[in-house]
Amino acid sequence: MGDLFLLAISCILINNILLAQYLGNCPFMGTSKKMETAVGMAMAVIFVLVMAGVLTWLTDTYFLKKFDLEYLRTVAFILVIAALVQFVEMFLKKSIPALYAGLGIFLPLITTNCAVMGVCLININEEYNFLQALVASFGYAAGFGLALILFAGVRERILLARVPRPLQDTSIALVTAGILSLAFFAFKGMV
Amino acid sequence: MAKSLTQEFVKGLWNEVPPFRLVLGLCPTLAVTKSVENGIGMGIATTFVLVCSNVLISSLRKVIPSKVRIACYIVIIATFVTVVELVMQAFAYPLFLKLGIFIPLIVVNCIVLGRAEAFASKFGVFRSFLDGLGMGVGFTLSLMALAAVRELFGTGFLTFWVTPIRIFGPSYQPFSFLVEAPGAFMALGLMLCLMNLVGKK
Repeated sequence: MGDLFLLAISCILINNILLAQYLGNCPFMGTSKKMETAVGMAMAVIFVLVMAGVLTWLTDTYFLKKFDLEYLRTVAFILVIAALVQFVEMFLKKSIPALYAGLGIFLPLITTNCAVMGVCLININEEYNFLQALVASFGYAAGFGLALILFAGVRERILLARVPRPLQDTSIALVTAGILSLAFFAFKGMV
Repeated sequence: MAKSLTQEFVKGLWNEVPPFRLVLGLCPTLAVTKSVENGIGMGIATTFVLVCSNVLISSLRKVIPSKVRIACYIVIIATFVTVVELVMQAFAYPLFLKLGIFIPLIVVNCIVLGRAEAFASKFGVFRSFLDGLGMGVGFTLSLMALAAVRELFGTGFLTFWVTPIRIFGPSYQPFSFLVEAPGAFMALGLMLCLMNLVGKK
C-alpha cells in the first residue's frame, strides 16, 4: 500500500508528465490560455488516461505478450486509444450530455495527445503490474491536470502584463513553463 | 496552388518551420535535445515517417472515405513508425535506447498528423513528398539548433555522432540547468523570441 502511495506521489509531482517528462506539451500550450479550457482539457485527460492505461495494459499482457506480437505494440496501442476515445465520446453524448457539453471538444484532441500514449508505454516499459499501472495512470493524469490548471492561472495573469513584443504569446509561455518546471524540479529527491 | 514546387519545400525550412512557427511537435523537441546526436536521430526518424506517410496518404486520398480519414491516417503513420522502430533496433541500438519511448511517440507527433490532414489529403503525391521533406528537414534543423545550444552550454561538449567533442576548455563550468527539464522550456522559449526578432512578424 505504501509503495503504491509513493508511486502516485512520484507520478504526480516528481515525474510530472508535462514538466519533467516533456509529454503532452502541445495541448499544454494550446489549451492553457483560458482557465475554462484548461479545466476541460484536464478533466478529459484524467477521464481518458486512466481508462487507456488500464486497457492498453490488459491488451499488452493478455494479447500481445501471449502471442509474441510485441512488435505491433505501437499500432495496437494507438488503435486502442483511438477506439476508446471514440467510444467515450459516443457514450457521453448519449448518456451524460452535461458532461459531454463540457468535455466534448477536447475528446478528439486526446487521441493525438502524447501524454496518453506515453503513459501507456511507460506502464509497459517499467513492467508495472495491474495495480501499479492503474495507480501510475491516475497519478500521471492528475499531475497533468495539476500542471495544466496551475499554468493556465499563471497565463491569465501574463495577459495583463506588458510583455516585450518578440517574447509575446508562445515564447513567454514557454519561459513561464520553464519556471514552473523549476518549481516542480524541487520535488526531486522527495521519494 | 500558386506556390511553386520549390516553395513547397522551402516553406518548411523557415516560414512554417514546425516547432517554432507552427508550435507543433513540442514534446520531442523538448525531450530529445539533450545532445545533438539525439536531435539528429529523432529528426531523421521523424522525416522518414513524415515523407512516407505524406506520400502514401496523398496517393490514397481519393480512396479513403472522409469520415474515417483520421483513423486511416493514424494506422498508416503507426505502420511507418513501427518500421522506423525495428530498423533502429537493428542498426542503431544505442541511439534507440537513448530516444526511448519517443520513437513510438512519433505516432502522436502532431506534425505528422497535421501535415497529413492539412496538406497530403488535398495535394498531389509529388507536392506532398516535397512538403513532407521540407517539414522534416526543418524539424531536424531546429532540433539540431536547440540541441546544440543546450549541449554546448550545458556540458561544454558537442556530440554529432557517438563520441562527444570538447568545445570549451576543461576550465569551463557547465551550466547544467540547460540540460534539465526547466532549461529545455526556457531555451526553446528564448529561441522562439530570437526567431521573432529576426523574422518579419
